[in-house]
Amino acid sequence: MKFLRTKIDQLKKPFGKGEKWEKFAPAINALDTFLYVPNHVTKRGAHIRDAVDLKRTMITVVVALLPALIYGIYNTGYQYLYQVNGGEVAFMEAFLHGLGKILPMIVVSYGVGLAIEFAFAVYRGHEVNEGFLVTGLLVPMIMPVDIPLWMVGLSVAFAVLIGKEAFGGTGMNILNPALLARAFAFFAYPTYMSGNKVWVSEASHIDAVSGETILGSLATGHDVHFSMMDMFYGAIPGSIGETSTLCILVGALILIATGVGSWRIMLGGLIGASLTGLLFNLWGANALMSFPWYGHLIVGGFAFGIVFMATDPVSAAQTNKGKWIYGILIGFFCLMIRLFNPAYPEGVMLGILLMNVFAPTIDFYVVEANIKRRKKRLEASKKLKTA
Amino acid sequence: MSNDIRIRKGLNINLKGEAEKKISDAPRSGTFVLKPTDFHGVTPKMVVKEGDQVKAGDSVFYSKNNEKIRFVSPVSGTISEIRRGAKRRILEIVIAADGQDTFRGLDAKNPKELSSEEVKEFLLDSGCWPFVRQRPYDVIANPEESPKAIFISAYATAPLAADVDVLLEGKEEDFQAGIDAVSKLTEGKVHLSVGKNSSSFLSGVKGVELHRVSGPHPAGNVGVQIHHIDPINAGERVWVLNPEDVAIIGKVFRTGEFDATRTVALVGSEVETPQYYRVKIGSAISSLVPKATSDVRIISGDVLTGVQVSAEGFLGFYANTVTVIPEGNQYRMFGWLPFKDNNIPSMHHTSLSWLFPKKKYVVNTNLNGEERALVVTGEMEKVLPMDVYPMQLLKACMVNDIEKMENLGIYEVAPEDFALIDYACTSKIEAQEIIREGLDLMIKEVG
Repeated sequence: MKFLRTKIDQLKKPFGKGEKWEKFAPAINALDTFLYVPNHVTKRGAHIRDAVDLKRTMITVVVALLPALIYGIYNTGYQYLYQVNGGEVAFMEAFLHGLGKILPMIVVSYGVGLAIEFAFAVYRGHEVNEGFLVTGLLVPMIMPVDIPLWMVGLSVAFAVLIGKEAFGGTGMNILNPALLARAFAFFAYPTYMSGNKVWVSEASHIDAVSGETILGSLATGHDVHFSMMDMFYGAIPGSIGETSTLCILVGALILIATGVGSWRIMLGGLIGASLTGLLFNLWGANALMSFPWYGHLIVGGFAFGIVFMATDPVSAAQTNKGKWIYGILIGFFCLMIRLFNPAYPEGVMLGILLMNVFAPTIDFYVVEANIKRRKKRLEASKKLKTA
Repeated sequence: MSNDIRIRKGLNINLKGEAEKKISDAPRSGTFVLKPTDFHGVTPKMVVKEGDQVKAGDSVFYSKNNEKIRFVSPVSGTISEIRRGAKRRILEIVIAADGQDTFRGLDAKNPKELSSEEVKEFLLDSGCWPFVRQRPYDVIANPEESPKAIFISAYATAPLAADVDVLLEGKEEDFQAGIDAVSKLTEGKVHLSVGKNSSSFLSGVKGVELHRVSGPHPAGNVGVQIHHIDPINAGERVWVLNPEDVAIIGKVFRTGEFDATRTVALVGSEVETPQYYRVKIGSAISSLVPKATSDVRIISGDVLTGVQVSAEGFLGFYANTVTVIPEGNQYRMFGWLPFKDNNIPSMHHTSLSWLFPKKKYVVNTNLNGEERALVVTGEMEKVLPMDVYPMQLLKACMVNDIEKMENLGIYEVAPEDFALIDYACTSKIEAQEIIREGLDLMIKEVG
């Protein structure tokens, strides 16, 4: 191990202070810190520090995403092979087909995003922030499987440049970058992002294939021929990562147990969506409204969005009370958009983006309440003195 | 009468090297120092020059802002050196000590028979005033003002903190005399807080309002207790003292001698036999830690709020703990993997160490990561048991927004209250430093 360390130190020499490649130090540091936690010691403030750092936090989210990703890869192959061959589908065969589709998307997403992150770190002279480790994996997982790779790259570039760097980089963005990538693709290339031909691999080349999502079927008045169990386990067409509620729940448990994802937002979202769903079940004016409320929680991107997107700490509300309000409102708006927007039956993306914009306002009022309490106390003590 | 305060938020960091409850006399150090840097915001004006003889209790320097606040020599001896830093700033005043202390004798006084002004004059004259500190701002109190209350916390919760009962052993009468004296300084109450299960003489101290406090660190921080007992509003002043300093004040009243003897806990995983020592303020570290290697860090104070000192350095004015822990200047492979390196304590659940709250850890000074933009939310609130939004307050301090700082409660906090945020923050920001700079700005702009 010592050998490797000395080798790296040798390699890093030209990037040191006052050396030839000093400007590019953030890039080489990012690679080095991926291998080793640096030997930096505390200089000011507390002399000891917690074992956690941003890398660890972000990698935990990646770990939580893995069950949904692996199932998503399998399901991509399964949906294709089932419709082409019918009957039994071998796991490995399906997985390999899915991998052939999805791996390139992941590579493109990470490649484009990290290139921009590294470039900005060098340009601005700060270290590379780890946020993109998560964003880079989230983007392919919320895209339809048949989207062309160049669109993935373009969406990622848009999200990172306009959504993040334009606001000042990691920690400063208002909108969730991964969702912004999807929103960009959705509004720029609607034909590749909706309809019934994009959700199943190669569907556009095979006439017999019907690749409608369940929400799509409901919105257009078609019959849904999947059981609730299928929807829960995830053997349905949809964006890559969103189909299996079971795998997403495993991820949610990892996030909640490690404290990385806010349970307040997740529970708030669940409550908001359930109540809204129940309310419209009572009304039941169209197929989407009479679709059972618990069904709304397991179809489409709701589960994925509320677990992995809404909990992004940068774009979410930052106060604990604010997180409750933020979560509940996301649940509410997701369903409202689903039920009342005939053009686009999936409301999660827009629901979360909308609340991203309002999160600072929610926090403002929560903090304002604290300020009011303090001012009231001051008034009370002043009165006491004059009395 | 006692009132219970239960603190729920916070974090106890269990470290190896707790002091055994045994007090020994440390060998007397040959040189002592007074460090003006121990007194935040004080610009020293020298009274003595190199070569002068001083007795214990003689003035060495006074504060430029208020000539009455005098800083006195803890021992008798010769001023051997005045060490200066950049821009001729005075860093240390070195005193070569005599073998035996001779005191600048004052007349012993019974504080109960003195007026408020007389007590104040006596404290200023004897050199005890620097023990009286003020909130907000965490600086030495201004003798021209009068506080709405005085707070003394005898409940120590910081990692490896010195046990107040041990510090006050045999000083019961001094402590009571000190309380009698400082209670003259305010028209309000003197609040004394002790641990919930404390059975020491402190529960019977007269002239105070007793509070029984329980909960994890920072429940013992006087700022947290003030927040829960009688929070500071804009424009108000509260004075705070350390319990042992109250006893030193009491002794000066009873004997007329400024006896700077302190009990100091020598703790930390790198100390062979952690225990308590009797030393004088400003002693050389080497009298406590005679053979320090280069791979340890010596801290005058606790691991969260202390100051790093070299093996040739000196004990801080207020320090009652000296902590020795290993330096952490090593690389750690794949340290970013969750659930790896569980031997490093972590309050975050991405490490398994939170499952073993009773385990005593050896920690080093590694930063365990690099500074990053603030991303994770909610973690600071977990370790600050106050009705204050810490991240919002820190951000207000960073951008020097005075109105916002005031609104968000800057008057109620001191850097030490943010020490656990330093520790726990995923993005490794220096919260104590930010708060200190924020407080300094408030002193300048609001006063």
